Parts: sequence; C-alpha cells; structure tokens
Amino acid sequence: MKPENLLFAETHEWAHIAHEAGGQVATVGISAFAVEQLTDLVYMELPEVGATVAAGEEFGEVESVKAVSPLFSPVAGEVLAVNTELPDHLETLHASPYDKGWIARIRITDESCLTKLLDYAAYQKQCAAAGDDPA
Amino acid sequence: MADHMANQSLSRTPLHAWHSSHEGRLVEFAGWEMPVQYGSIADEHLATRSAAGLFDISHMGRLKFDGDRALPFLDRLVTRRVANMKAGQIRYALITNPQGGILDDVLVYRLQQADGTPRTMMVVNASNRGKIVAWLQQHLRAADALTIRDVTRATAMLAVQGPAAIELVAAMVDVDLPGMKYYTGTLARLGSVEIVLSRTGYTGEDGCELIVPAEAALEIWERILARGARPVGLAARDTLRLEAGMPLYGHELSEQIHPLQAGLQFAVQLERRDFVGRDALVVAQSDTTCRRRVGLQLRDRRVPRVHYAVLRDSQVVGEVTSGTFSPTLARPIAMAYVDPPAAVVGQVLQVDIRGRLAPAEVVGLPFYSRNS
Repeated sequence: MKPENLLFAETHEWAHIAHEAGGQVATVGISAFAVEQLTDLVYMELPEVGATVAAGEEFGEVESVKAVSPLFSPVAGEVLAVNTELPDHLETLHASPYDKGWIARIRITDESCLTKLLDYAAYQKQCAAAGDDPA
Repeated sequence: MADHMANQSLSRTPLHAWHSSHEGRLVEFAGWEMPVQYGSIADEHLATRSAAGLFDISHMGRLKFDGDRALPFLDRLVTRRVANMKAGQIRYALITNPQGGILDDVLVYRLQQADGTPRTMMVVNASNRGKIVAWLQQHLRAADALTIRDVTRATAMLAVQGPAAIELVAAMVDVDLPGMKYYTGTLARLGSVEIVLSRTGYTGEDGCELIVPAEAALEIWERILARGARPVGLAARDTLRLEAGMPLYGHELSEQIHPLQAGLQFAVQLERRDFVGRDALVVAQSDTTCRRRVGLQLRDRRVPRVHYAVLRDSQVVGEVTSGTFSPTLARPIAMAYVDPPAAVVGQVLQVDIRGRLAPAEVVGLPFYSRNS
C-alpha cells in the first residue's frame, strides 16, 4: 500500500480504511519512520483477536535492543485478525512496513476516531519537525 | 521510543559536527550531547566484537594532577593502593564516601613524561565529574602541594576496541602498542601530536583508548576510520559493557552500593592502608545480608529493563539495574542486585516484565569473554 493512501496517528501507527459489508475495517501497522527510529527490533506483542480497543489505547508492544515501545490502536473497534507471522519475522517491519508488516485488522465501531488521524503529508511534517528524535 | 531531546545547553565534544553529519543520532547523556547510534546498534556491537569499533568518549572526565605528591594524595581517597604505582601503570579503583558507598569508579594513570618525571591523571564518569572534582578539592591539604586541573574540555577521548584495534592503532603511533600489557599507558606521538595511549576499554575486547588535544580530535578520528574502524555509539557501548559484565555508574554503582556487594573485591585493598570509606568496608566484609550483583540470562525475547523486580518463590528478592538484548548471545541479559540466598549461579529466578513473570537464570559474569 502507498503511504499516501493511509492515515497516521501521532504515535506512528498507520491505518488503511476499507469499506466492507457490515462497516469499515482498518488494517493497521507502524510507519516506516517509526521502524527506522526503533532499529534492532527483538520482540513484538500482537493485539488479541476478539479484543475491543479504544482509539489511542495500548494494544501491543514492540521492543528493540534499546527500549520497549507501546503500540496504540489508531482506531476504535474490535480486533478481527492479527499478523501471526510477524513476531517471528520482525525484519518484515523493515522490509514492508505498509504491506506484509501489517499488525492487525480492526472492525471500526466508532468512525469519529478517524478525524483525529493525520494524512501522510501532515504526518511527514510531524516527523520532520521531530528530526531524528521523535517523541 | 524517544530519548532525551537534543538541547542547546548541553556540552558538545570536538567531534559533535562529525556525528551530526554522519547519521549520528544525538541524545543527552550526563549533560553531553552524544551519538547514541549511527545505524543499527547490533551491527555496531558485532563490528566491535569481530573487527574494530571507534567510540567518541570525550564526555568522560579527565583530571590532571600537577605536583609530586599526587599518588599519596589519591591513596587516601581510593579503594585500591595507588601509592606504589609505577610509570606506565593504570589502575581501576573506586572512590567511596565514609559509609563505603561508591562516589565513582575511576581509572588512575601513572605516566612517564619525556623529561623522565611522572604524570598522574584520573578518568572519571561524566555524570560524576563535578562531584569528584569537588570531593578531591575538599580533601586537598596545603601539604599535598598539588593542583588539580580538569582537562576534559581541552582534550578529547577516543576508544578503539575489537580484535583488529591494536594493529590498527599501532601503525599510527611511535610506541610499541602490541607490546603494551592490558591496563598500561604511555605518552605517545601520533603524527606530530602528543597523546596519552592506554590499553584499556569498556567493551570486553582488546583495544586502546586515546586522550588527544581537542583541536586534533577530528583529524585523528578520521584517520582511524580510514583504517577501517567503524563508528560506534553509546547504545552499543552499553550492550558491549553489559555482555562483558562491567558495571555502569548510576546503574550497578551508586552511593547506596558498596564495592564488595558490587563484586569489585579485586579493586579493594583494606590491609595496611587507610582511605575514606575503609572502616565501613571492613565492617561490610562480614555483612552476609546485603544484596549482591548477579548476572541474569533469560530464555524468551522480552527484555528485563532497569528497576524491574526480581522474584523468587513469589517474593521480591531484588531489582534489575541494567538489561538489554545481547547481540552476541541473541538472548536477553541483565544485571541485578538480589538477596544472598538468590545470588546462586544456576538458580532460576523470575523477572517481572511489565506484569508478566519471565524465568531468569543466575549466571556467572561476564556473559561474554573474548577468551572463551
């Protein structure tokens, strides 16, 4: 997927919104910028299938040599599926952050959360402002 | 995922501009703006283990003692005998307070100058530099006839570490570096520049450290890189020292910890001498209840971090002081202080990693030794 077609949370997660029967489904992951900043990934904890998450709620974690970072759900909804291949192939996050590196699919239950997400241009601006040291 | 933001008020090393223009990710460390990494931490770590890494360690404090009585003066303040040091020797020691708590861990250098007279220097931790300078001044007596000079800003300090380090630097200097033993040092010439060259380091690898004039630092840095060393940031310096079982001030060492519980007996000499903290350490020798520094190795991939609780039979028996994912062992490792009954190699304890208990085996330090 092209990052131009994604929405981004300030906390570096992305969401791709698809309209499916029964509502909107978000495929979510973490941005190439975030992966590059983390470097040296060693561990990842996926969200739980079936869990209900709020937008901005911690729903997993990714750990590097240096530190552990929480993953925050960019949308509110129910976790339909997770990428179980990912924890054993963390290099996929580097190689394909917007495709094979997807983390979870979430059925959106509250569309209002989408208005808080940034488009790619705005997200890039945020990353540039943070320089090499994003918060 | 963020470190401290870069800040204008922080000290900068003479190599700051080089780091900035070479992908160095700059973070605050002990009041300095330092490169934490240039790329992958694991790559920098493994390059040091397999070839040669080059580190800017100019943040370390460098003190020079002008006067004949430097060694007897320092002998009153450090845990290890230094009064008998001969030219060319370097000793690791602790500076302790009257309670035996560690104020800093330091290297004392005794060097021979060109005119045959000795020079005494000390390298201290960046975070403790102000405290130690004040401590030394406070204990200085008129009869010592000494001047303590803080030469940190006038100089830079580089470490070249790894199996290729000695050969690499030997070709650049006018002394027999391969013939120098570990923990020895000398004045040397690198081109036209006088430097302090020592066979020391903080990585568990063979290697050397160079104290150079600030204005010569960039040229020397680039010449070492041109010979094939790879720049390595503070993050890999930390994973390297952790694998090597070396303590870090602020983590394994503090004013609440004494050298004996830290496992630093080799740097403590209590017999036939006196120094600040000695009497407390004599008492501490027979203390069987204080927590001990141990190594922990884990099976899974979640990493124990500083301050995580260590448990045994559901009881908290200690605390992690440093932890990382070891690039060499491909496992999480940690150092922790635990109660003596838990400080037994082979015992499996547990670390509370954000609410979940992970088995952690007590192992002997170091985790990694280049000779094994």
